[in-house]
Amino acid sequence: MVNTLTTPRPFVPPPHASSGDHPAQDAAGRHAEAAPRDPVIRTENLTIRYGSYEAVKNISVAIATRRVTAIIGPSGCGKSTLLRAMNRMNDFVRGMKVSGRIYYHGQDIYDPSCDAVALRRKVGMVFQKPNPFPKSIFKNVAWGPTINGYRGNLAELVEESLRHAALWDEVKDKLHQSALALSGGQQQRLCIARAIALQPEVLLMDEPCSALDPIATQRIEDLIDQLKQDYTVVLVTHNMQQAARVSDRTAFLYMGELVEVDATNTIFTTPHNPRTQDYITGRFG
Amino acid sequence: MNSFEAGFHPRLGFRRAIGRAFTVLCAAFGLAAVACLSVLLWRIFSAGLPYVSGAFLTHFPSDRAPELSGIRSSLWGTLWLILLTTLFSIPLGVGAALYLEEYAPRTRTMRMIQLNIANLAGVPSIVYGMLGLALFVRGMQLGRSVWAGALTLSLLVLPVIIIAAREAITAVPDSIRQASFGLGATRWQTLWHHVLPAALPGIMTGVILALSRAIGEAAPLIVLGIPIFLQSVPRGPGDEFTAMPLQIYHWTEQPADIYRSLAAGGIVVLLGILFSMNAAAVAIRTWHQKHK
Repeated sequence: MVNTLTTPRPFVPPPHASSGDHPAQDAAGRHAEAAPRDPVIRTENLTIRYGSYEAVKNISVAIATRRVTAIIGPSGCGKSTLLRAMNRMNDFVRGMKVSGRIYYHGQDIYDPSCDAVALRRKVGMVFQKPNPFPKSIFKNVAWGPTINGYRGNLAELVEESLRHAALWDEVKDKLHQSALALSGGQQQRLCIARAIALQPEVLLMDEPCSALDPIATQRIEDLIDQLKQDYTVVLVTHNMQQAARVSDRTAFLYMGELVEVDATNTIFTTPHNPRTQDYITGRFG
Repeated sequence: MNSFEAGFHPRLGFRRAIGRAFTVLCAAFGLAAVACLSVLLWRIFSAGLPYVSGAFLTHFPSDRAPELSGIRSSLWGTLWLILLTTLFSIPLGVGAALYLEEYAPRTRTMRMIQLNIANLAGVPSIVYGMLGLALFVRGMQLGRSVWAGALTLSLLVLPVIIIAAREAITAVPDSIRQASFGLGATRWQTLWHHVLPAALPGIMTGVILALSRAIGEAAPLIVLGIPIFLQSVPRGPGDEFTAMPLQIYHWTEQPADIYRSLAAGGIVVLLGILFSMNAAAVAIRTWHQKHK
C-alpha cells in the first residue's frame, strides 16, 4: 500500500477526468463498466447476517478510485449494512456475521490481521444525522488527528479541512464556540471536515443529506462533487435524483442482493435489469 | 354535528376536568412533601443552630460538662470517612459500570450479575456492617480503623453508584460513539474523551446521592464496633474514629434536655456537610460544561 497520507496529497486530477463520459460498453455488455480497474475497495461474495436474517446476500462489487459510487435501493435493502461493512463499523452490532471478503487495496479487512482502528482512519465515515461532538468547532476537527498522533500544524490542518468542506468562511470567527450551535447543514459539513482532517482515502457517506433541507443538500452535493478530486466517495442515498446528480457509478440493491451496478448514466437511462427500471421509474420502492 | 363527527363522543369537558383534578392532586402531594421537610428542618435548625459555634466544632464531646460538648472527634471521623469512601467507591463503581455497559458480553452470566447488583442496592445497611466486620475488621485485621469503616461504606454505596453510572452511560447517544469510532478512535479513546464526559453529570448526581446516604449511616458502623463516644481525632486512616451519626445517636440516648439540643446541633452540621457536597457537585458540573 502506498503511503501518501502522511504528507498532504498533491492535487492530481482523477485519471479519467478529461474523458468525461465513460467508455462505451463492449460486446460483452455492461460488465466492462461493472469491473473498474484498480478498485480501492472490492467485495467478494459478501454476505452479512444479523442472527438468521440476511441483510446482504452474496454481493461482489468494486468501488472505483476517485469516483462517486452511489448505492441506491428501497428501505431495508441492505445498502447501509454494505456501506458500514466497508470500514467495519458493523463490528459493534451484536449478532452480526460476515462471510465472503472485502478487500481494501487487496487486503482482506475482515482478516484477523487487519486492524479496524487503523482502517477507519483511511476509510472515513459521514453519518445520516449530523453527529458533531458536543465540543468546539475546532476540537471537532482537531480531535481525530490528535488521537491518531498527527505531528504537523494542527491549526493549519483544521483550517484546510474546513476549507475543503466549504465551511471555513462561515465558522472562521467562531472556531472555539460549540459545534452544536451550527445549523444542521453546517454540522454535516463539519462532520465532513472532521472526516477529511484524517486525510483518508475513502469517504463513506450514509444518506448524508436525509436530515437536511434542500439548500443544505445542494451544498453537500456540490461538496461531494469537489471531494471526488481527492477522495473516493461511496454514497448511500434514498434519493434517486441525488444519485443521478452526483455519482459516477450507481449500484442498485434490492432485498439484500446487488441487482445491477454500472455507470450512473446507464443505470438511469438504459438499465439492463427490469427491476432497476421499475425502481428508477418509481414503480416501487 | 356534521356527518364527519358521527361516532365520536369527545366529552371534552370531562377530559379537561380530569386533567385539572390530576394537576391539583399532584400539587397537593408535592406541597405535602415540601411541608414535611420544612417542618423538620425548621425544628432541627431552631433547636440546633444556637449550639453551632466555633467551640462546638472544635471541642471534644464530654459527659461531665455537656454544655461544653462539641463534635470535634466525630466531625473529623466523618470527613475522613467521606474522603476515603469517595476514593474507593467512585473508581470502583464507575469502572464496574463502564465494564458492564461497554465491554461485557451480553451473556446470561452478565445479566445475572446486573440483576444482582440491582438487588444489592436494596440490602439493609446493617448486613453490610456484618460483612465489613467479618471481612475488614477481622479478616484483613484492619480493626476499628477508618480503613475498615470506609471500605464497608464503599461496599454499601457501590451498587447505587454502579446503577446510576450505568444509566448515565446508557443515556449517551450512540451517534457520539459512532462518530468517534469512525475517526479511527480506539474504544478506550471513545470512552475517555466522549462517553465519560457526556455521562459525567449523571454519574455525579448518583455519586452524591450515594455518598450522602453513606455519611448518614450509623447501623453498619455500630456493627463494626466503632465507638459512639471518643475523645480523639484520627491522625491517619489507620486510627480509630467515630462518626457524626454515631455521636448524634449517642446524644439522643441521654436523658438530659441539653443532649437533645446537642444532637440537633450535630444534625445541622451534618446537613451543612451534605449541602456543601451537593454544591461541590453542581460546581464541578458547571465547570465541566464550560470547559468542553
